[in-house]
Amino acid sequence: MKSFDELSLKEIVNEVKDGCILGVPADYSGVPMEFTKRLIKKGIKDLKLYCLPLTTIQGDMLIGSGCVSEIEAAAVTLGEFGLAPRFSEAVENGSILIKDSTCPALHAQLQATEKSVPFMPLRGVIGSDIQKHRKDWCIIENPMKSSGVLNEPILLLPAVQLDILVFHASCADRNGNIQIGRRRELATLAHASKKVFVTVEKILDTDFFEDELSAATCLPGLYINGISIVKNGAWPCALPGVYPADNKEIKKYSLAAKTKQGFDDYMNQSLFI
Amino acid sequence: MNSDIKREELLISQLADLLVNDKHVAVGAASPIPGAAALLAKEEAKLNNKRLRVTILHSNKYNNFTDGARELFDCAAQGRIDTFFLGGVQIDGQANINLVGTGTYPKIEKRFPGSFGSALMYFVVPQIILFREEHSPRTLVDQVDFISAPGASDENIYRPGGPKYLITNRALFKFNKDLKKFSLLKLNQNQTIQDIKELTGFKFDISENISDMLNPDTTRLKTLRDKIAPMVSEFYPEFTNRIWGI
Repeated sequence: MKSFDELSLKEIVNEVKDGCILGVPADYSGVPMEFTKRLIKKGIKDLKLYCLPLTTIQGDMLIGSGCVSEIEAAAVTLGEFGLAPRFSEAVENGSILIKDSTCPALHAQLQATEKSVPFMPLRGVIGSDIQKHRKDWCIIENPMKSSGVLNEPILLLPAVQLDILVFHASCADRNGNIQIGRRRELATLAHASKKVFVTVEKILDTDFFEDELSAATCLPGLYINGISIVKNGAWPCALPGVYPADNKEIKKYSLAAKTKQGFDDYMNQSLFI
Repeated sequence: MNSDIKREELLISQLADLLVNDKHVAVGAASPIPGAAALLAKEEAKLNNKRLRVTILHSNKYNNFTDGARELFDCAAQGRIDTFFLGGVQIDGQANINLVGTGTYPKIEKRFPGSFGSALMYFVVPQIILFREEHSPRTLVDQVDFISAPGASDENIYRPGGPKYLITNRALFKFNKDLKKFSLLKLNQNQTIQDIKELTGFKFDISENISDMLNPDTTRLKTLRDKIAPMVSEFYPEFTNRIWGI
Protein backbone atom coordinates (compact mmCIF):
# COMPACT_ATOMS: atom_id res chain seq x y z
CA MET A 1 0.00 0.00 0.00
CA LYS A 2 2.61 2.57 1.07
CA SER A 3 5.12 4.07 -1.31
CA PHE A 4 7.52 4.89 1.53
CA ASP A 5 9.15 3.03 4.41
CA GLU A 6 7.78 3.88 7.79
CA LEU A 7 10.43 4.68 10.39
CA SER A 8 10.43 3.97 14.09
CA LEU A 9 10.55 6.93 16.45
CA LYS A 10 13.99 5.74 17.52
CA GLU A 11 15.24 6.01 13.94
CA ILE A 12 14.01 9.61 13.76
CA VAL A 13 15.63 10.46 17.10
CA ASN A 14 18.91 9.02 15.82
CA GLU A 15 18.84 11.41 12.86
CA VAL A 16 19.30 14.34 15.25
CA LYS A 17 22.99 14.96 15.83
CA ASP A 18 24.70 16.90 18.61
CA GLY A 19 25.26 20.52 17.63
CA CYS A 20 22.68 20.67 14.83
CA ILE A 21 20.18 23.44 14.09
CA LEU A 22 16.76 21.99 14.91
CA GLY A 23 13.56 23.62 13.62
CA VAL A 24 10.97 24.08 16.35
CA PRO A 25 7.28 24.63 15.53
CA ALA A 26 5.07 26.94 17.60
CA ASP A 27 2.53 25.52 20.04
CA TYR A 28 -0.25 25.88 17.45
CA SER A 29 1.43 23.89 14.71
CA GLY A 30 2.02 20.35 15.90
CA VAL A 31 4.68 20.07 18.62
CA PRO A 32 6.45 16.68 18.48
CA MET A 33 6.46 16.10 22.25
CA GLU A 34 6.92 12.34 22.26
CA PHE A 35 9.91 12.76 19.96
CA THR A 36 11.25 15.53 22.22
CA LYS A 37 11.13 13.31 25.30
CA ARG A 38 12.98 10.53 23.47
CA LEU A 39 15.57 13.05 22.32
CA ILE A 40 16.11 14.16 25.91
CA LYS A 41 16.34 10.55 27.05
CA LYS A 42 19.01 9.94 24.42
CA GLY A 43 21.07 12.75 25.98
CA ILE A 44 21.39 14.99 22.93
CA LYS A 45 23.76 17.94 23.42
CA ASP A 46 24.50 21.40 22.08
CA LEU A 47 21.28 21.80 20.06
CA LYS A 48 20.66 25.12 18.36
CA LEU A 49 16.92 25.68 18.39
CA TYR A 50 15.36 27.79 15.66
CA CYS A 51 11.80 28.57 16.69
CA LEU A 52 9.12 29.63 14.23
CA PRO A 53 8.49 31.90 15.88
CA LEU A 54 8.22 30.74 19.48
CA THR A 55 8.34 27.66 21.65
CA THR A 56 6.55 26.58 24.80
CA ILE A 57 7.02 23.41 26.83
CA GLN A 58 9.14 21.72 24.12
CA GLY A 59 11.89 24.34 24.25
CA ASP A 60 11.68 24.70 28.02
CA MET A 61 12.09 20.93 28.54
CA LEU A 62 15.04 20.71 26.16
CA ILE A 63 16.74 23.68 27.84
CA GLY A 64 16.02 22.38 31.36
CA SER A 65 17.53 19.02 30.37
CA GLY A 66 20.77 20.65 29.26
CA CYS A 67 20.31 19.77 25.58
CA VAL A 68 20.52 23.31 24.21
CA SER A 69 23.41 25.72 23.74
CA GLU A 70 21.67 28.33 21.61
CA ILE A 71 18.13 29.42 20.80
CA GLU A 72 16.81 31.87 18.23
CA ALA A 73 13.23 32.87 19.00
CA ALA A 74 10.72 35.67 19.32
CA ALA A 75 9.46 34.25 22.60
CA VAL A 76 9.71 31.31 24.96
CA THR A 77 6.64 31.09 27.17
CA LEU A 78 4.15 28.70 28.71
CA GLY A 79 1.35 30.95 27.47
CA GLU A 80 -1.52 31.12 29.95
CA PHE A 81 0.64 29.25 32.46
CA GLY A 82 3.25 31.95 32.70
CA LEU A 83 6.96 32.20 32.08
CA ALA A 84 8.98 29.28 30.78
CA PRO A 85 10.95 28.74 34.00
CA ARG A 86 13.86 26.63 32.73
CA PHE A 87 14.41 29.02 29.81
CA SER A 88 14.29 32.14 32.01
CA GLU A 89 16.76 30.70 34.49
CA ALA A 90 19.15 29.52 31.76
CA VAL A 91 19.20 33.00 30.20
CA GLU A 92 19.60 34.71 33.57
CA ASN A 93 22.60 32.56 34.52
CA GLY A 94 24.07 32.71 31.02
CA SER A 95 24.09 28.96 30.40
CA ILE A 96 22.46 29.34 26.96
CA LEU A 97 22.83 31.94 24.23
CA ILE A 98 19.59 33.60 23.18
CA LYS A 99 19.45 35.28 19.81
CA ASP A 100 16.49 37.54 20.46
CA SER A 101 14.38 38.07 17.37
CA THR A 102 10.88 39.07 16.33
CA CYS A 103 8.28 36.83 14.64
CA PRO A 104 8.36 38.29 11.10
CA ALA A 105 12.18 38.18 11.05
CA LEU A 106 12.16 34.47 11.92
CA HIS A 107 9.73 33.86 9.07
CA ALA A 108 11.69 36.03 6.61
CA GLN A 109 15.03 34.30 7.30
CA LEU A 110 13.49 30.95 6.37
CA GLN A 111 11.68 32.46 3.39
CA ALA A 112 15.09 33.55 2.08
CA THR A 113 16.25 29.93 2.26
CA GLU A 114 13.02 28.77 0.59
CA LYS A 115 13.91 30.96 -2.38
CA SER A 116 17.62 30.24 -2.13
CA VAL A 117 18.47 33.93 -1.94
CA PRO A 118 21.11 35.11 0.56
CA PHE A 119 18.94 37.56 2.49
CA MET A 120 15.49 39.00 2.88
CA PRO A 121 14.52 42.62 3.63
CA LEU A 122 12.03 43.48 6.35
CA ARG A 123 10.44 46.74 7.45
CA GLY A 124 10.04 47.81 11.06
CA VAL A 125 12.52 46.59 13.69
CA ILE A 126 15.00 49.45 13.09
CA GLY A 127 15.67 51.39 16.27
CA SER A 128 14.86 48.44 18.53
CA ASP A 129 17.45 46.85 20.81
CA ILE A 130 16.73 43.56 19.04
CA GLN A 131 18.26 45.01 15.90
CA LYS A 132 21.11 46.68 17.82
CA HIS A 133 22.24 43.36 19.30
CA ARG A 134 21.95 41.29 16.12
CA LYS A 135 25.39 41.59 14.54
CA ASP A 136 24.31 39.15 11.82
CA TRP A 137 21.69 41.64 10.58
CA CYS A 138 22.47 44.75 8.58
CA ILE A 139 20.81 47.93 7.41
CA ILE A 140 21.15 49.40 3.95
CA GLU A 141 19.48 52.28 2.18
CA ASN A 142 16.64 51.10 -0.05
CA PRO A 143 18.49 50.75 -3.38
CA MET A 144 15.22 50.72 -5.38
CA LYS A 145 14.24 54.24 -4.28
CA SER A 146 10.71 52.85 -4.54
CA SER A 147 9.16 53.69 -1.22
CA GLY A 148 8.55 57.40 -1.61
CA VAL A 149 10.53 57.90 1.61
CA LEU A 150 13.84 59.61 0.94
CA ASN A 151 16.90 57.58 1.99
CA GLU A 152 14.79 54.90 3.60
CA PRO A 153 16.91 52.54 5.71
CA ILE A 154 15.87 48.92 5.35
CA LEU A 155 16.81 45.89 7.41
CA LEU A 156 18.39 42.82 5.75
CA LEU A 157 18.20 39.42 7.39
CA PRO A 158 20.41 36.45 6.46
CA ALA A 159 18.96 33.25 5.01
CA VAL A 160 18.91 30.54 7.68
CA GLN A 161 19.34 26.89 6.73
CA LEU A 162 17.97 24.40 9.24
CA ASP A 163 19.71 21.03 9.59
CA ILE A 164 16.64 19.12 10.67
CA LEU A 165 12.96 19.66 11.32
CA VAL A 166 10.68 17.35 13.26
CA PHE A 167 7.00 18.06 13.78
CA HIS A 168 3.81 16.16 14.60
CA ALA A 169 0.79 16.03 12.30
CA SER A 170 -2.59 14.36 12.18
CA CYS A 171 -1.99 12.06 9.21
CA ALA A 172 0.02 11.08 6.16
CA ASP A 173 -1.36 9.49 3.00
CA ARG A 174 0.03 6.34 1.37
CA ASN A 175 2.45 8.42 -0.69
CA GLY A 176 3.95 10.16 2.31
CA ASN A 177 2.18 13.49 1.88
CA ILE A 178 1.45 15.14 5.22
CA GLN A 179 -1.79 16.87 6.15
CA ILE A 180 -0.93 20.23 7.76
CA GLY A 181 -4.24 22.07 7.32
CA ARG A 182 -3.80 25.82 7.56
CA ARG A 183 -0.48 25.57 9.42
CA ARG A 184 1.53 26.70 6.42
CA GLU A 185 4.48 27.77 8.59
CA LEU A 186 5.27 24.06 8.71
CA ALA A 187 5.81 24.20 4.95
CA THR A 188 8.13 27.20 5.38
CA LEU A 189 10.11 25.27 8.01
CA ALA A 190 10.26 22.17 5.80
CA HIS A 191 11.38 24.07 2.69
CA ALA A 192 14.25 25.58 4.70
CA SER A 193 15.43 22.35 6.31
CA LYS A 194 17.97 19.84 4.98
CA LYS A 195 16.03 16.95 6.51
CA VAL A 196 12.41 16.71 7.60
CA PHE A 197 10.84 14.01 9.77
CA VAL A 198 7.23 13.83 10.82
CA THR A 199 5.43 11.89 13.53
CA VAL A 200 1.76 11.30 12.70
CA GLU A 201 -1.33 9.97 14.45
CA LYS A 202 -2.07 7.68 11.51
CA ILE A 203 -1.32 6.79 7.89
CA LEU A 204 -4.36 6.75 5.61
CA ASP A 205 -4.75 4.50 2.58
CA THR A 206 -5.60 7.44 0.35
CA ASP A 207 -3.97 10.00 -1.94
CA PHE A 208 -4.37 13.63 -0.83
CA PHE A 209 -3.73 14.79 -4.40
CA GLU A 210 -6.91 13.14 -5.67
CA ASP A 211 -8.95 15.91 -4.07
CA GLU A 212 -8.41 19.66 -4.47
CA LEU A 213 -9.19 20.39 -0.81
CA SER A 214 -6.82 17.85 0.72
CA ALA A 215 -4.15 18.63 -1.91
CA ALA A 216 -4.19 22.31 -0.91
CA THR A 217 -3.68 21.56 2.76
CA CYS A 218 -0.91 19.00 2.52
CA LEU A 219 2.85 19.21 2.60
CA PRO A 220 4.09 17.15 -0.37
CA GLY A 221 6.12 14.06 0.42
CA LEU A 222 9.00 15.37 -1.68
CA TYR A 223 10.09 17.42 1.32
CA ILE A 224 9.82 14.54 3.79
CA ASN A 225 12.66 12.18 4.73
CA GLY A 226 10.77 9.95 7.10
CA ILE A 227 7.46 9.32 8.86
CA SER A 228 6.66 7.47 12.05
CA ILE A 229 3.28 6.71 13.61
CA VAL A 230 3.18 8.08 17.16
CA LYS A 231 -0.24 8.15 18.83
CA ASN A 232 -0.87 11.27 20.90
CA GLY A 233 2.51 12.46 19.72
CA ALA A 234 1.86 16.11 20.58
CA TRP A 235 0.62 15.48 24.15
CA PRO A 236 0.36 17.53 26.32
CA CYS A 237 0.36 20.15 23.55
CA ALA A 238 -2.62 20.44 21.22
CA LEU A 239 -2.84 18.91 17.79
CA PRO A 240 -5.00 21.52 16.03
CA GLY A 241 -8.26 20.10 14.78
CA VAL A 242 -7.60 16.72 16.40
CA TYR A 243 -7.18 17.17 20.15
CA PRO A 244 -6.85 20.13 22.52
CA ALA A 245 -3.93 20.84 24.83
CA ASP A 246 -3.95 19.02 28.15
CA ASN A 247 -3.95 22.20 30.21
CA LYS A 248 -3.92 20.30 33.48
CA GLU A 249 -0.64 18.66 32.53
CA ILE A 250 0.94 21.89 31.25
CA LYS A 251 -0.05 23.60 34.48
CA LYS A 252 1.48 20.72 36.44
CA TYR A 253 4.68 21.14 34.46
CA SER A 254 4.69 24.93 34.92
CA LEU A 255 4.52 24.51 38.70
CA ALA A 256 7.09 21.70 38.87
CA ALA A 257 9.61 23.45 36.60
CA LYS A 258 9.78 26.53 38.81
CA THR A 259 12.73 24.86 40.55
CA LYS A 260 15.51 22.70 39.13
CA GLN A 261 14.67 19.92 41.56
CA GLY A 262 10.97 20.07 40.68
CA PHE A 263 11.83 19.94 36.99
CA ASP A 264 14.17 16.95 37.45
CA ASP A 265 11.52 15.06 39.40
CA TYR A 266 8.91 15.81 36.74
CA MET A 267 11.20 14.69 33.92
CA ASN A 268 12.24 11.51 35.73
CA GLN A 269 8.60 10.60 36.15
CA SER A 270 7.55 11.46 32.62
CA LEU A 271 10.54 9.87 30.89
CA PHE A 272 10.95 6.67 32.84
CA ILE A 273 7.51 5.40 33.79
CA MET B 1 -25.54 45.55 39.74
CA ASN B 2 -22.57 47.85 39.25
CA SER B 3 -20.85 46.81 42.44
CA ASP B 4 -20.21 43.29 41.16
CA ILE B 5 -18.67 44.38 37.88
CA LYS B 6 -15.22 42.87 37.74
CA ARG B 7 -12.14 44.92 37.02
CA GLU B 8 -11.48 42.83 33.91
CA GLU B 9 -15.00 43.53 32.65
CA LEU B 10 -14.48 47.26 33.01
CA LEU B 11 -11.23 47.04 31.03
CA ILE B 12 -12.88 44.92 28.32
CA SER B 13 -15.67 47.49 28.09
CA GLN B 14 -13.23 50.41 27.92
CA LEU B 15 -11.17 48.69 25.22
CA ALA B 16 -14.28 47.86 23.19
CA ASP B 17 -15.06 51.60 23.07
CA LEU B 18 -11.72 52.19 21.32
CA LEU B 19 -12.57 49.75 18.52
CA VAL B 20 -15.84 51.26 17.24
CA ASN B 21 -14.34 52.79 14.08
CA ASP B 22 -12.34 49.73 13.05
CA LYS B 23 -12.89 47.31 10.20
CA HIS B 24 -10.32 44.70 11.28
CA VAL B 25 -8.93 44.12 14.76
CA ALA B 26 -6.25 41.50 15.40
CA VAL B 27 -5.29 40.04 18.76
CA GLY B 28 -1.98 38.34 19.47
CA ALA B 29 -0.50 36.14 22.18
CA ALA B 30 -1.44 36.20 25.88
CA SER B 31 -4.28 38.69 25.43
CA PRO B 32 -7.57 37.42 26.91
CA ILE B 33 -8.88 40.90 27.80
CA PRO B 34 -8.15 42.44 24.36
CA GLY B 35 -9.55 39.26 22.76
CA ALA B 36 -12.81 39.58 24.70
CA ALA B 37 -12.97 43.32 23.89
CA ALA B 38 -12.56 42.68 20.16
CA LEU B 39 -15.29 40.02 20.12
CA LEU B 40 -17.57 42.32 22.15
CA ALA B 41 -16.97 45.19 19.71
CA LYS B 42 -17.75 42.84 16.83
CA GLU B 43 -21.01 41.75 18.42
CA GLU B 44 -22.04 45.37 19.06
CA ALA B 45 -21.05 46.44 15.55
CA LYS B 46 -23.56 43.89 14.22
CA LEU B 47 -26.34 45.61 16.18
CA ASN B 48 -25.41 48.89 14.46
CA ASN B 49 -25.41 47.26 11.03
CA LYS B 50 -21.64 47.56 10.82
CA ARG B 51 -19.11 44.84 10.19
CA LEU B 52 -16.01 44.37 12.27
CA ARG B 53 -13.62 41.57 11.39
CA VAL B 54 -11.74 40.06 14.32
CA THR B 55 -8.68 37.84 14.03
CA ILE B 56 -7.56 36.06 17.15
CA LEU B 57 -4.24 34.43 16.59
CA HIS B 58 -4.50 31.78 19.28
CA SER B 59 -7.92 30.64 18.21
CA ASN B 60 -8.77 28.19 15.46
CA LYS B 61 -12.31 29.51 15.17
CA TYR B 62 -11.69 33.28 15.19
CA ASN B 63 -8.66 33.25 12.95
CA ASN B 64 -8.99 34.53 9.38
CA PHE B 65 -5.60 33.36 8.16
CA THR B 66 -4.74 30.35 6.02
CA ASP B 67 -1.19 31.16 4.96
CA GLY B 68 0.55 30.28 8.20
CA ALA B 69 1.80 32.37 11.10
CA ARG B 70 3.54 34.85 8.81
CA GLU B 71 0.22 36.04 7.37
CA LEU B 72 -0.53 38.24 10.40
CA PHE B 73 2.63 40.24 9.73
CA ASP B 74 2.17 40.37 5.97
CA CYS B 75 -1.47 41.41 6.42
CA ALA B 76 -0.50 44.13 8.91
CA ALA B 77 2.28 45.40 6.64
CA GLN B 78 -0.27 45.63 3.80
CA GLY B 79 -2.32 47.98 6.00
CA ARG B 80 -5.22 45.56 6.42
CA ILE B 81 -5.28 45.63 10.22
CA ASP B 82 -6.59 48.75 11.99
CA THR B 83 -5.91 47.88 15.61
CA PHE B 84 -3.52 45.54 17.40
CA PHE B 85 -2.61 45.20 21.08
CA LEU B 86 0.85 45.08 22.58
CA GLY B 87 1.95 44.63 26.17
CA GLY B 88 5.20 45.10 27.97
CA VAL B 89 7.16 44.08 31.03
CA GLN B 90 8.05 47.77 31.02
CA ILE B 91 6.53 50.67 29.10
CA ASP B 92 8.18 54.08 29.25
CA GLY B 93 7.10 57.69 28.81
CA GLN B 94 8.11 57.73 25.13
CA ALA B 95 6.00 54.59 24.55
CA ASN B 96 9.02 52.34 24.09
CA ILE B 97 8.07 48.80 25.10
CA ASN B 98 10.16 46.05 26.65
CA LEU B 99 9.02 42.43 26.49
CA VAL B 100 12.43 40.87 27.04
CA GLY B 101 13.42 41.49 30.65
CA THR B 102 14.94 43.76 33.26
CA GLY B 103 18.61 44.55 33.77
CA THR B 104 21.29 45.43 31.26
CA TYR B 105 20.94 43.25 28.15
CA PRO B 106 22.35 40.68 27.52
CA LYS B 107 23.05 40.29 31.26
CA ILE B 108 19.38 40.00 32.08
CA GLU B 109 18.30 39.95 35.73
CA LYS B 110 14.74 38.81 35.20
CA ARG B 111 13.97 37.23 31.85
CA PHE B 112 10.50 37.40 30.27
CA PRO B 113 9.28 35.56 27.13
CA GLY B 114 10.55 37.87 24.38
CA SER B 115 9.51 40.48 21.85
CA PHE B 116 7.04 38.39 19.78
CA GLY B 117 6.00 40.33 16.65
CA SER B 118 6.07 43.75 18.33
CA ALA B 119 9.08 45.04 16.38
CA LEU B 120 7.07 45.01 13.15
CA MET B 121 3.46 45.39 14.33
CA TYR B 122 4.29 48.62 16.23
CA PHE B 123 5.47 50.17 12.94
CA VAL B 124 2.66 49.18 10.60
CA VAL B 125 -0.65 49.01 12.48
CA PRO B 126 -2.27 52.49 12.69
CA GLN B 127 -3.81 52.04 16.13
CA ILE B 128 -1.65 50.17 18.60
CA ILE B 129 -3.20 49.93 22.04
CA LEU B 130 -0.68 49.25 24.78
CA PHE B 131 -2.19 47.06 27.44
CA ARG B 132 -0.62 46.37 30.81
CA GLU B 133 -2.82 45.54 33.78
CA GLU B 134 -0.26 46.29 36.48
CA HIS B 135 0.07 50.04 36.93
CA SER B 136 3.13 50.64 39.08
CA PRO B 137 6.51 52.39 38.98
CA ARG B 138 8.11 49.07 38.02
CA THR B 139 5.93 48.58 34.92
CA LEU B 140 5.50 52.21 33.82
CA VAL B 141 9.08 53.47 33.88
CA ASP B 142 11.01 56.54 32.82
CA GLN B 143 13.13 54.50 30.45
CA VAL B 144 12.82 50.82 29.51
CA ASP B 145 15.81 48.51 30.05
CA PHE B 146 15.43 47.00 26.57
CA ILE B 147 13.57 48.36 23.57
CA SER B 148 11.63 45.52 21.94
CA ALA B 149 9.95 48.14 19.78
CA PRO B 150 10.41 51.93 19.85
CA GLY B 151 7.48 54.29 20.44
CA ALA B 152 8.66 56.71 17.78
CA SER B 153 11.00 56.63 14.77
CA ASP B 154 12.99 59.04 12.63
CA GLU B 155 11.22 60.70 9.69
CA ASN B 156 12.95 58.53 7.07
CA ILE B 157 11.75 55.27 8.63
CA TYR B 158 8.65 53.73 7.06
CA ARG B 159 6.12 53.96 9.85
CA PRO B 160 2.41 54.28 9.14
CA GLY B 161 1.62 52.80 12.57
CA GLY B 162 2.35 53.36 16.22
CA PRO B 163 1.03 53.82 19.75
CA LYS B 164 -2.35 55.49 20.23
CA TYR B 165 -3.43 54.48 23.75
CA LEU B 166 -2.08 52.91 26.92
CA ILE B 167 -4.55 51.23 29.25
CA THR B 168 -3.85 49.83 32.71
CA ASN B 169 -6.11 48.65 35.51
CA ARG B 170 -6.06 52.22 36.85
CA ALA B 171 -6.09 54.57 33.88
CA LEU B 172 -6.29 55.24 30.15
CA PHE B 173 -3.65 57.43 28.49
CA LYS B 174 -3.59 58.80 24.95
CA PHE B 175 -0.21 59.07 23.23
CA ASN B 176 0.71 62.35 21.58
CA LYS B 177 2.96 61.47 18.63
CA ASP B 178 4.32 65.01 18.16
CA LEU B 179 5.21 65.57 21.80
CA LYS B 180 6.22 61.89 22.26
CA LYS B 181 4.35 61.96 25.52
CA PHE B 182 1.30 60.35 27.14
CA SER B 183 -1.69 62.34 28.30
CA LEU B 184 -3.99 61.04 31.06
CA LEU B 185 -7.48 60.65 29.56
CA LYS B 186 -9.55 58.48 31.91
CA LEU B 187 -9.36 57.24 35.45
CA ASN B 188 -10.61 53.94 36.75
CA GLN B 189 -13.15 54.55 39.55
CA ASN B 190 -11.63 55.32 42.94
CA GLN B 191 -8.40 56.62 41.39
CA THR B 192 -7.27 60.22 41.67
CA ILE B 193 -4.82 62.11 39.48
CA GLN B 194 -2.51 62.16 42.47
CA ASP B 195 -2.68 58.36 42.79
CA ILE B 196 -1.77 57.99 39.16
CA LYS B 197 1.14 60.41 39.47
CA GLU B 198 2.56 58.43 42.37
CA LEU B 199 2.17 55.09 40.61
CA THR B 200 3.57 56.12 37.23
CA GLY B 201 7.32 56.10 36.69
CA PHE B 202 7.20 58.61 33.84
CA LYS B 203 5.93 62.17 33.47
CA PHE B 204 2.69 62.68 31.57
CA ASP B 205 0.26 65.44 30.62
CA ILE B 206 -3.31 65.62 31.85
CA SER B 207 -6.04 65.88 29.26
CA GLU B 208 -8.45 68.80 29.44
CA ASN B 209 -11.27 66.30 28.99
CA ILE B 210 -10.21 63.90 31.74
CA SER B 211 -13.06 61.72 32.97
CA ASP B 212 -13.83 58.44 34.71
CA MET B 213 -14.01 55.13 32.85
CA LEU B 214 -17.66 54.20 32.48
CA ASN B 215 -18.96 50.89 33.71
CA PRO B 216 -20.52 48.74 31.00
CA ASP B 217 -24.31 49.21 30.94
CA THR B 218 -26.63 46.28 31.62
CA THR B 219 -27.00 45.34 27.96
CA ARG B 220 -23.27 45.30 27.32
CA LEU B 221 -22.58 43.36 30.50
CA LYS B 222 -25.18 40.76 29.54
CA THR B 223 -23.67 40.40 26.05
CA LEU B 224 -20.22 40.04 27.56
CA ARG B 225 -21.18 37.43 30.13
CA ASP B 226 -23.70 35.41 28.16
CA LYS B 227 -22.27 35.55 24.68
CA ILE B 228 -18.63 36.63 24.65
CA ALA B 229 -17.33 34.72 27.68
CA PRO B 230 -18.11 31.27 26.18
CA MET B 231 -16.42 32.35 22.94
CA VAL B 232 -13.27 33.40 24.81
CA SER B 233 -13.17 30.10 26.68
CA GLU B 234 -12.25 28.35 23.43
CA PHE B 235 -8.83 30.01 23.38
CA TYR B 236 -8.31 31.29 26.94
CA PRO B 237 -9.89 28.63 29.16
CA GLU B 238 -7.82 29.49 32.24
CA PHE B 239 -8.89 33.15 32.07
CA THR B 240 -12.61 32.51 31.55
CA ASN B 241 -12.60 30.00 34.35
CA ARG B 242 -11.05 32.54 36.71
CA ILE B 243 -13.29 35.48 35.75
CA TRP B 244 -16.62 33.89 34.93
CA GLY B 245 -16.30 30.39 36.31
CA ILE B 246 -16.88 28.72 32.96
